[in-house]
Order: sequence, then C-alpha cells, then structure tokens
Amino acid sequence: MSQISTMASVSPAPTGAAVEPRGPRPKPFFTPRKIIIYSILVMFSLYYLFPLYVMFTTSLKTMPEIRFGNIFSLPTAPSFDAWVKAWTSACTGLTCEGLAPGFWNSVKITIPSTIISIFIAAVNGYALINWRFKGSEIFFAILIFGSFIPYQVFLYPLVMITREMGIFGSLQAVIIVHTVFGMPILTLLFRNYFASLPQELFKAARVDGAGFWRIFFEIMLPMSLPIFVVALILQVTGIWNDFLFGVVFAGTQNYPMTVQLNNIVNSAQGTPEYNVNMAATVLTGLVPLAVYFVSGKWFVRGVAAGAVKG
Amino acid sequence: MADTALPLEAGAKVNRPSLLKRIILHNLPAKIAALPMMVTVLVVFVGCTLWTIYYSFTNSKLLPTGKFVGIEQYERLFATSRWNVSVTNLITYGVLSLIFTLVVGFILAVLIDQKIRFESAFRTIMLYPFALSFIVTGLVWQWIMNPTLGLQGTMRNLGWENFTFDWIANPRMVLYALLIAGLWQGTGFCMVLMLAGLRGVDEEIWKAARIDGIPTWRTYVSIVVPMMRGVMVTAVVIIGSGIVRLYDLVVALTNGGPGISSEVPAKYVYNYMFSGGNIGQGLAAATMMLLSVIIILIPWAYLEFGGKGRRT
Amino acid sequence: MKKFAVVAAMATALMGTTAAMAVDLEVTHWWTSAGEAAAIAEFAKAFEAETGNTWVDSALAGSGTGANPVIISRIIGGDPMGATQMNTGRDAEELIQAGLMRDLTDVVADMDIESFYVDASLLEPCRFEGGLYCLPINIHSWDWLWLSTAAYEKIGQPVPKDWNEYVASWPALQDAGVLPFGLATGWPISGVPGVLMSGLGGSDLVLAINRDKDASAVRGPEFRKVAEALDSLRQVISPDMMVPSFGDVGTQLLEGTAAGNIHGDWLQGDLQVAGGVPGENYECLPALGLGDQLTGGGDSFYFPKLPEGTDQAVLDAQADLARILISPEAQLNFNMVKGSMPIRTDIDLAAANPCMQKALGMLGNGLLPSGDFALTSDTQQQLQDLSIEFIDDDSITVDDYVERYASIIESAE
Repeated sequence: MSQISTMASVSPAPTGAAVEPRGPRPKPFFTPRKIIIYSILVMFSLYYLFPLYVMFTTSLKTMPEIRFGNIFSLPTAPSFDAWVKAWTSACTGLTCEGLAPGFWNSVKITIPSTIISIFIAAVNGYALINWRFKGSEIFFAILIFGSFIPYQVFLYPLVMITREMGIFGSLQAVIIVHTVFGMPILTLLFRNYFASLPQELFKAARVDGAGFWRIFFEIMLPMSLPIFVVALILQVTGIWNDFLFGVVFAGTQNYPMTVQLNNIVNSAQGTPEYNVNMAATVLTGLVPLAVYFVSGKWFVRGVAAGAVKG
Repeated sequence: MADTALPLEAGAKVNRPSLLKRIILHNLPAKIAALPMMVTVLVVFVGCTLWTIYYSFTNSKLLPTGKFVGIEQYERLFATSRWNVSVTNLITYGVLSLIFTLVVGFILAVLIDQKIRFESAFRTIMLYPFALSFIVTGLVWQWIMNPTLGLQGTMRNLGWENFTFDWIANPRMVLYALLIAGLWQGTGFCMVLMLAGLRGVDEEIWKAARIDGIPTWRTYVSIVVPMMRGVMVTAVVIIGSGIVRLYDLVVALTNGGPGISSEVPAKYVYNYMFSGGNIGQGLAAATMMLLSVIIILIPWAYLEFGGKGRRT
Repeated sequence: MKKFAVVAAMATALMGTTAAMAVDLEVTHWWTSAGEAAAIAEFAKAFEAETGNTWVDSALAGSGTGANPVIISRIIGGDPMGATQMNTGRDAEELIQAGLMRDLTDVVADMDIESFYVDASLLEPCRFEGGLYCLPINIHSWDWLWLSTAAYEKIGQPVPKDWNEYVASWPALQDAGVLPFGLATGWPISGVPGVLMSGLGGSDLVLAINRDKDASAVRGPEFRKVAEALDSLRQVISPDMMVPSFGDVGTQLLEGTAAGNIHGDWLQGDLQVAGGVPGENYECLPALGLGDQLTGGGDSFYFPKLPEGTDQAVLDAQADLARILISPEAQLNFNMVKGSMPIRTDIDLAAANPCMQKALGMLGNGLLPSGDFALTSDTQQQLQDLSIEFIDDDSITVDDYVERYASIIESAE
C-alpha cells in the first residue's frame, strides 16, 4: 500500500492531512528563517526568469532601441513587426517564407512520433515488469546504456539503414528515429511506473485468465494516466526541440521548425536583426512552453511517480 | 525459416519441451510486444555500435570502404590537441554540471518542501526552461552574454564602467558560460525529481529524528539522502546522459570557441565524420566516448541489475 | 509506313508535352549571406526564364559543418537533390568514385568547354575515369587584404599599399581605438595562413605545400615568415572583439571600426550589398599587394544521379541547368554579384569593378592551387583546427605551429 501513498503524496497541490510537506510546523510568516528561504527562492527565480524576459522584450523592440544597449528596459513602443517577419518572411537563401512552413512540418513530425514511441515504450515497460522473460533485463540494460551514447555515433549507420529501407529523407524515417531514441527514457519511465503499481491487481487478473493485451488495456492503461501525460510531455517537447534528426532524416521538404530557426538566425544577411532572431526563438519555444504550462502539474506528478521507484 | 523448424523437431525427439521451445514460446505475447525494443537494441544499439567500432579501425574517408589500419586512427586521435582539449572540457564541465545540478536541485527541493506559499509558482518558474531546446537556450544566453549589447554592455551603459561579463569570449571562463546556460535548462528537472523523492520519505522518520533531537540538516544529510537512492540514481543517469551528449548547446552558444576552448567530443565526432570527411577518425572518437560511457556505467549497472534478484 | 508515322507523331507529341511540362528541380547550396543569396538568385532567374521549370531553393546555413553533412548524407542516403553546389576540390571525390554523380560528358559535349575554361586545372577534380562529374562555376580566391578607407581617415594616414605598410600602421590604429584586424569566429581564420603563404612565401612555397605536400617546405625559412606573420596577427586580435560572421567584418570595415581583414572575394558581395564602393569605402589588395599570382579554388555544381524511374523531364532539367550555369550571360550576371571571377575567358568584363579587374590581371599569370582546392577535407579540417587554436592560445609558439602544420602536411594524401 505504500506505493499508493507515495503517488498521492507527490500530487502537486497537497490538500489532505496525509500529504502535507515535511518540515517543521507552520510558524508566523516573517521569521528570519522564512525570509532566508524566500530570498533564496526569489533569487533563483530571477535567474530562471531573466532569459524569458529578455527574449520577449528584445523581440518587441526595434533595432535602434536594441543597439542602444539596455537589455533590462521594456520596449518603448512594443511592436510585433519582428514576430510577423519571423513567422512569414524571414529569409534563408532565396526562400523567404519565415517559420510558418517549419511549424507545420514540426506538427507533422511530432504527432505520429509521439504516439508511436509512447505506445511502444508503454508496452515495453509493461512486458519488462509483468512478463519477464529470459534476457529481458539484458535488453533493458543495453537500452539504458544506449541512452548515453552520443547520437552522432548512430547517425551514419542509420542513414544507411534507412536508405536500405527506402525511406531516407521522409517523415517515416524521422518518426522511426524518434521512436528508437525515445525508447530508453520512456521505457525506463514506464517500467518504473508499472513496478510501483500493486502487483496484486496483475496477479488477480492473471488468475482470472486474462491475457497479455487484455491486462494491458483494461487494467494497466487506466491506472497509468499520469505517466502517459509525462511521456506525452517529454516526447512532444523532445521531438519538437530536436534538431539533428530533423535535419538529417526528414528531407528538405519536411524540415522542422528548429532547423529553420537555425537557418534564419545563422544566415546573417547584412546587419543581424536581433529582434527577429529573438522573435523566431520565442516562436519556436512557444509550443513546448505552452504544453508545459498547460500540463505543469501533471508533469510534476508523473515525473515523480515514474522516478521515485528507480 | 530454419529457426522455427528446429524446436518442433527437437520437441518430437524428446519428451520434455526443448530449450529453444521454452525460450521462444514462454510468454510469447510479451516477446512480440517487446519486439520493437529487441530490434532497436540489436540493430541500433548493438549493431550500429559494432559497426562503429569496426570502422574505427579502418582508414575510411567519406564512405565506409576503407582498409583495416589497426589503431592508426586512435594514435592520431590522442595526438590531436583538439581532441584532448575536448575530453578535458567534457570532464570539467561534466563534473561541475553533475555536482551543481544535484546540489542546486536538492537545495531548491528542500526549500520548496518547507511549507512555503506560492510553491506551485516557484516550481513552475524553475522547471519551464526544461521545456526549451538547447538551441533556444544557447541563442538566448548568447544574446545575454553578447559583450556589447548584452548584460555587460547594459551595465556599462548604466555607469558601471568596469562591469565585466565576457565569459563567452574568454577562453578561461567559457566553460562556466556553458555551465550557466546548462544549469538554467536542467536544474529545474532535477529539483522536481528530488522533491518527489523528499515527499516519498516516510513522515515517521522525520518524527523519529525530531524525537531523537537530530538537527534538521543532519537528518537530511544522513537519513533522507541515503533513502533517496532511487531518485538519485535516476537523476544521475538522466543528467549524465545529457552531459556525454553535450553538443547542441555548444554549437548554439559558443560553437567551440574562443579558439578551441569550449570544444567537446561529440562535436569532434560530428565534424570529422561529416565536414572533415574522415569517418575512420570520427568513429574512433565515437568509440572512445562509448568506452568511457561503459566504464562509468558498469558500476551502476552492477548495482541495478546484478545485485538484486527478480522482483516478480 | 503509316503505322510508323503514327508512332513517330505520338512520340513527338509526347516529347513535346514532356518538354512543356514544368518540373521542380531542387538545388542545395550554402549561400545564405546577403551577397551570396543575391548571386544565386541570378542563376535561379536564368534557369526559370529559359526552361520554364521551377528552381526549388534549399539553402542550408553554415557551410562546412551545417550544409556539407546534409548534402552528403542525402546523396549517400538515396534522397539526392537535383543539383548541388560544393567547393571545387576534393570534398566530393569519393562520391564521384562511388558512381553517385551524373556524368556530364554528353551534356556539355557540344560546348567545347576546354576552349573557354580559364584554367584547365579547375576541371581536374571533376574528372574521373574519362567522365566529367561536375562543373566549376566560378573562381574564388582567399588572396585578398581588404582595407577600410574610413579607418585610415580616422588616423590621417593613406591606405596601405601592401602587407608591410599595413602591419606598420597597426600601432597608430590601436591608439585611435580602431581594431587593426577584424575577424569573425570560427572558420574565417582558416584561409589566412594560405594568403600569407602566397603573399609572403611566394608561389613556389604554395606549390610545394599545397600541391606536393612537402613537409620540409613547411619547416623551411619561407614558411616561418608565414607563421611569424600569423603570430603578430594574433597579438592584435582578441576573442572579445570577434564578430559572429564574416559579413559582420564587412560592416566593421565600412564603419571604420576595423581597419583590415584577410578574407575571400565573396566578402565583396556583402560589401557591395551594404552599399560599399571599391576605391571609396574600401580598398582591396590581391596577394597582400606583394605577389603576382593568386591562389584559387572555387565552387562547382554537381548533379547527383537520380533514382531509377525519375521523370525524363527532371533529367532534362538537370542538363539544362548544367548548360545554363556555364553560359556566358549567367556567368557574367552571377559573378558580378558574387564578387568571384567567371570561369570563362570569352566574356566581356568591362563592367567588373576595380578589385575584380586587378584579379583578372593576375589570373593571366596562372592560378595557384589553394588549400581548399588541393587538400582533402580531412586535412583542411585539421589545419583549420590548428589555426583556430593558434590564434587564440598564445602559449603555442611559432615553432609549435610550424611543427604541427608540417606533421599535418606529412600525413596528407
């Protein structure tokens, strides 16, 4: 039963008595101790927030204002011109279409990659915990080893493998690659999560004669919403943020947004337009940020639930 | 398929199910379900790795067609100062990053765990950079650290003539510039993991510690931290795998400069394999990275997989 | 007979439609700076106007590290583009040997290209076992010292006429707060040793090192001058003054915040786009104002072999593009904007600006092989790493530099 209380205790907004944070009893608000705690936390918050602030304000300034050189100041006359330019008309070479096509390419890559990689990893984790077979742990160990190896090591052979499959330079290729490289961390998450679920449920279902897939879909899945959300967030942000696989495997017509961001920022034509660069940066970061802010609580809960039982 | 015929034949001869039959048919659906993982492990993680190791002993240039040349590529690798600098950089950055991420993550988690107000807000602020890519992280910090228009320029314009924050242009400080950006992106995640670990510690332990009169900090150091072994392992694995791969951040923030003072091994691999058109050299470097990962991971793998029996 | 006529008519009709049907041809290149993009637009315009096909532009930022890997992996991976730019030289030599590039012998058979190519050596990297696998489309030279008129006005001195005068002016420039040498981070330093080599060491040194890979020439007294010049250069370069891209150095020159720069002729494209006029806003000294021959390489276009079953119209478009790229009009328009020299001897370059005129004069003395022309990408990468490290780290002595340069040349193929 301790697993259940563990899960409950990591819910982000503790309400019940059983889930109170640790530490001494509550005291009056302004004790020296509290002041120290809050000032440290506020200091760190400034460190975390400053880049976000700079990104947004710079993207709303005009170039003369930027050249004046005050990174703290708010834009005197906020303007979304740089955003519009970054989205619709920033150039790479002869192509001046901005980030918009890249956005849709990223959507086309992210959705199928996320769904497929999560499904496979979930089934994997389930098989690893509940249906062990000879060698399953060895496979898992190698998989985790694999997550440490720099991607560059696999790049060349993967180009050749996808060529032999006849899918190099297509959406399929980039989806497969994302599934492969998402597998270690996702499998680890799901494996740990399923290990934290009470084994009695699984055993009872087996006694009743339920098979591999039935137990998975009817018992395991309904209990795993938090970890699915975590996996979803990890994959959506991870795949959206990917640069290397997109540029190598997706093919020119499918370049994701990060690749176009890099192209726009690094193809300096004349004076660098820092406001457009920052607007492009913000735009590229917007989707993962939105995902994160919408689902923040689930994220925390899921990470915790998956990780605690390492 | 000769493989499938074999167990049947063997099963006919002997009464008890053959070894092969047991291996294949036991938990068959689980094996089918785990097939993508097995293929990934065998083809990508084992296959591609062996391919990499094999071709690191050849003189392949642009295409993997070279002749076997023994350890020539490795001799050249360790005679190359860029590689040696890359390795030193990665060790320095890796040790500092690991320590700071764990320590800062833990301290923040402890602070947030003190029944504070706005807990959710603080946590959100600390974790959001984790959602951003290293490319975005690198570009933002590059902008902040821009000597003329960034923080340094601003402070000088505001009257602090001697304010200096030129780390990305200073060979001795550039690794710390990388560290600032890297920590900004990653500490929040570590904090969330640690927080979960802290909240997983049984309340009874705190009560017992308080009754025994053990000071809070000592309870954390000698009781709570050892109890969080699982979380620590996960955190170290995740942070560690990020460090070895360090590439995007360097490319976006410093591109290895000034000079070669912020070069890292992954970048060496990429440069020689692709733009340098020397696969053999790139793969030799990749193999060395692989070797160091294995050396680091073996103790952990032993603890995780070797020391314990089956759980089910 | 009647039957045959029908078939022939049908064939003609079909061919007619194929020719009329516009196809897309994807072209990859890494020309993303302002001047470069304006130049490639000249090719795109000519191609679209003359064939009715569509030029699908795939620009990839970040030349060597960014674009080359993608171009190469796409060709190896079986997803080739219709055409691609690469450096003239040895970057693609294995792709040619592996049969991944289209043989252009028949395409240009009636053009008699030997008659107009300005230097026969340019075509050598394209030839393999009797086939022709690429077309050099311009000559680039690194051999330029660019000087800022505005900077020398600030210190009240005439713009230097050669490297020695330029070096002598550094103290005065520094006193006036002008950067003697503007430099962008990363690869731009890689061309500087080669320029010093031809300017200070002379043509024989360049041939001995780049062509013959003679390490003893590197250890000789002539190359030592090169290393010493590089050493004095690093005294006036500090990392915090470096700019992100070579185009920014152009801006520094026009503003007069930096006095000089050694960079390839493509810098001129950016200077012109930014409104700079040679002779007024900037001066150019080929071969440092000392030598009489230029080192050069350039860019070539390659046409990867397309997969079986590719529409004949696309193959025709490849051939059309190949012919257009080296046609007199396109050559003139492209190179005027790019700031490079055309590969044809038979076009009127009266409109060329004074800098290019100087270069054309020196071309008559023969072209020296530059590092990016004669050395493998592996060797180039090693030399680039060495130069980047040397410029930044004062603890590497001139002797170390010479010795390391020599050992790289020794192992070069």
